[in-house]
Amino acid sequence: MSAPNNRTEEIAARLVRLSLEAGATEAEAGVAEGAEFECTVRLGELETLKEAGSSAAGVRVFRGKRTGTSSTSDLSDDGLRRVVASALALAEVSMEDPSAGLPAPAELGCAEGDFDLYHPDIEAVPPELRISLALRAEKAALDFDPRITNSEGGSYGSSISTRGFANSLGFLGSYKTSSCSLSVVSVAQNGDSKLERDYWYDMSRSFARLAAPEDIGVKAAQWTLRRLGARKVKTQKAPVVLDPRVARSFAGHLFSAVTGEAVYHKSSYLAEKLGETVASKCVTIIDDAIMPGGFGTSPFDDEGVPSRRTAVVHEGKLETFLLNTYMARKLGMTTTGNASRGLAGNPGTGHGNLYIKPGTKSPEEIISSVKNGFYVTELIGSGVNIVNGDYSRGAAGVWIENGRLTEPVHEVTVSGNLAELWSMIEAVGNDLEFRGSVASPSLLIGEMRVSGT
Amino acid sequence: MNFSDSWVARRSGLTLNDLEKVLANALSKGGDYADLYFESTETTSVALDEEIVKSAAQGFSSGCGVRVLSGERTGYGYTAELTIEKMLQAASIAACIASGPAKVSRSGFEHSPAHRLYEINGPGASLSDRVALIRRADSAARAADSRVIQVMASYADSVKHVLVLTSDGRIAGDVQPMSRMNVQVIARQEGGQPQRGYSGGGGRVGFDFFLTERTPEDFAREAVRQAIVQLDADEAPAGEMTVVLGPGWPGILLHEAVGHGLEADFNRKGVSAFSGRVGQKVASELCTVVDDGTMARRRGSLNVDDEGIATSRTVLIENGILRGYLQDRLSSRLLGAAPTGNGRRESYHYTPMPRMTNTFMLAGESDPEEIIRSVKSGIYCANFGGGQVDITSGNFVFSATESYLIEDGKLTRPVRGASLIGNGPEALKHVSMVGNDLKLDEGVGICGKEGQSVPVGVGIPTVRIDRMTVGGGK
Repeated sequence: MSAPNNRTEEIAARLVRLSLEAGATEAEAGVAEGAEFECTVRLGELETLKEAGSSAAGVRVFRGKRTGTSSTSDLSDDGLRRVVASALALAEVSMEDPSAGLPAPAELGCAEGDFDLYHPDIEAVPPELRISLALRAEKAALDFDPRITNSEGGSYGSSISTRGFANSLGFLGSYKTSSCSLSVVSVAQNGDSKLERDYWYDMSRSFARLAAPEDIGVKAAQWTLRRLGARKVKTQKAPVVLDPRVARSFAGHLFSAVTGEAVYHKSSYLAEKLGETVASKCVTIIDDAIMPGGFGTSPFDDEGVPSRRTAVVHEGKLETFLLNTYMARKLGMTTTGNASRGLAGNPGTGHGNLYIKPGTKSPEEIISSVKNGFYVTELIGSGVNIVNGDYSRGAAGVWIENGRLTEPVHEVTVSGNLAELWSMIEAVGNDLEFRGSVASPSLLIGEMRVSGT
Repeated sequence: MNFSDSWVARRSGLTLNDLEKVLANALSKGGDYADLYFESTETTSVALDEEIVKSAAQGFSSGCGVRVLSGERTGYGYTAELTIEKMLQAASIAACIASGPAKVSRSGFEHSPAHRLYEINGPGASLSDRVALIRRADSAARAADSRVIQVMASYADSVKHVLVLTSDGRIAGDVQPMSRMNVQVIARQEGGQPQRGYSGGGGRVGFDFFLTERTPEDFAREAVRQAIVQLDADEAPAGEMTVVLGPGWPGILLHEAVGHGLEADFNRKGVSAFSGRVGQKVASELCTVVDDGTMARRRGSLNVDDEGIATSRTVLIENGILRGYLQDRLSSRLLGAAPTGNGRRESYHYTPMPRMTNTFMLAGESDPEEIIRSVKSGIYCANFGGGQVDITSGNFVFSATESYLIEDGKLTRPVRGASLIGNGPEALKHVSMVGNDLKLDEGVGICGKEGQSVPVGVGIPTVRIDRMTVGGGK
């Protein structure tokens, strides 16, 4: 193991050493250290100011094929000894699992390159400027139209964090990330109409690349205004256009269905579909954990395996599941570098920057191709069942008639089965933008059940 | 209890004099009020799948948050290190929210009143006791039906120690136990789709609860029953229809349709669909809805809230009329309303806000059988997954995990994949019958708001809602 570069690496390496000394046959440890800032404003006044730093550590130990994990916010010497003792005691009560253990030594490592994850400009932003950004963004929303009558506020937040990781096979690494975000939630009312609210935001790893506050405020106002006077529609089957801010949730559902855990539990409708067509030909879904500046980017996963770019679905065909070491062993495959965990517990599966590859049509062209359909801008509720593919969620948006957006719609649901919905995707927009780690362009689904009156 | 006997003093060596200094520092730039929230949480969990106990985990987290209120403003800082230096630093950060002459906080601390809702006697469970519990659940689920192909069982418990000290001279402490067991099964029959069944429960109870009151076998059999029902289910119908909610967990309707919209922060800001509607009719006269944080051993109960105020029972809707809001300290000060003990937070990393505790509808007079018999055509929802609400428009949605068609007054076929959607201030106006069978949920609710999760309870008797939109696939 090389010498530690910072405090997170130093503590992670120490936890591994303490674990081996206390009787672990193998061990790994992660340490997170960070600082956060948040300010919110409302109706032109500062409302909250929060700032703090924190750190925590987690350890996973093996006694042969038995596993125990423990985490703590106490990084004192006593705290570290306690967390190691706890993990080893827990390994005593867990059972032998033939697939348990660290990755193979050859699988460990860091992806090469500059991933553009940390920008010092975020730390250099003076507190007064942070507050004034939130104020300017909110003001832009309130000033945009007299029907913007109220606000839930504007918010600027930033964070810096360092994550260190070590294991008993000699892996030692860490990476530092920065992020900042600006958001506005505005409220509209037209005379005595019902209240409506909507939002807009941006986030970036560099302060220089964060969108202008006025742009964020104006977008929040525009989204809110287009909901005024929304009605229910008749229950019917109709084509549905998903705006990017809701289309991204479909990428998320697909991810949930291809994680190794869902596959080996047979609790995914895609568990037996590897190599088969699971979506229409225009659908390609990428998990890219090495995209520079991404919110899903990292040099290595949470087991110390190099991050990479994986095509999950290529032109409709399911190319691979997303796996960590344990799941790969269960399925007789190799890890795809998708191990993810907080500091506590066994690793699960996480994604990098997960997105649907853009097509060629603009969103306007997609909408104009629909004679009578539903342009969806919000989906709420938890009606997604990955086991059987059933899908039914609350929706709001705008009705499309003869290729044009007409009246706003709310208090309806859209439903179908994920397997069929993916096969009915008729167009993918050219409007891919990342604002977080999951993204999608606009999508046109040939037919969904819309339930209203 | 003397402060010097508290876990904070024992662990950190801090004295009351130190904490008065921290509060003085918090109010050094003015401000109306400051408080310190100390928290220490220890969590243990064990989980099993494929008949193997694969994971056993513990977590230790502790720290303190320092808050300053100044008019409508809040300043907040926190630290995981309980040293006087770090506490003073967090106080200096929080102090920045105010700008004015220093305020003097009272010296000395008086104990705040607190309930005694969940004292746990007897020995705790060992790690192997906990493991034995989930292995029993696994065996019972596998034995219950040969179509069960996968069983995932877990058990988790935690103890949270809380101590709140305020600049108006109050001190309140609590020790909050919580435990929960979950069983999930996947069942499949020859040539069919796999289906999921889930059951779980617990509360602020001791380990004994799972040995005597609700056993692993109870949870396992219920999870299997739900999965097996789904094997023969058709797609749910779509459109407006009569909906009957079964008793218990379907009370999540109240949580989404009413509860969130009545949290005082949204109403103070005028951004809730219920804003300014106290005294108005928002439900049928059969509906009385309360939030009660004082129920013994319930998951949503607290002896004191996370601002050191004793919880209470708050009538939200009385015979259909909107009566009141759920308050935290900030909102009750600004609105001039009595505190209700609903200031809650996920951990010391966050500021508190108004949150629900146990939210339910009082029992009515109808016989549940009679309610079902009264429906010619509709849907009966016995169980739900999660829900979500847009508090400004009032639109909410929640997803049924177990439901049946009602045809000519009888439950006939099971259906799957139904979501219910409605509008908060409108939906309960269509309640035409309320059962005499009020039931609270098993103790599994988690409520999310602005990124903070807290445990909650819900409950409802059987109710008939004459008109609601059901979003099914058929």
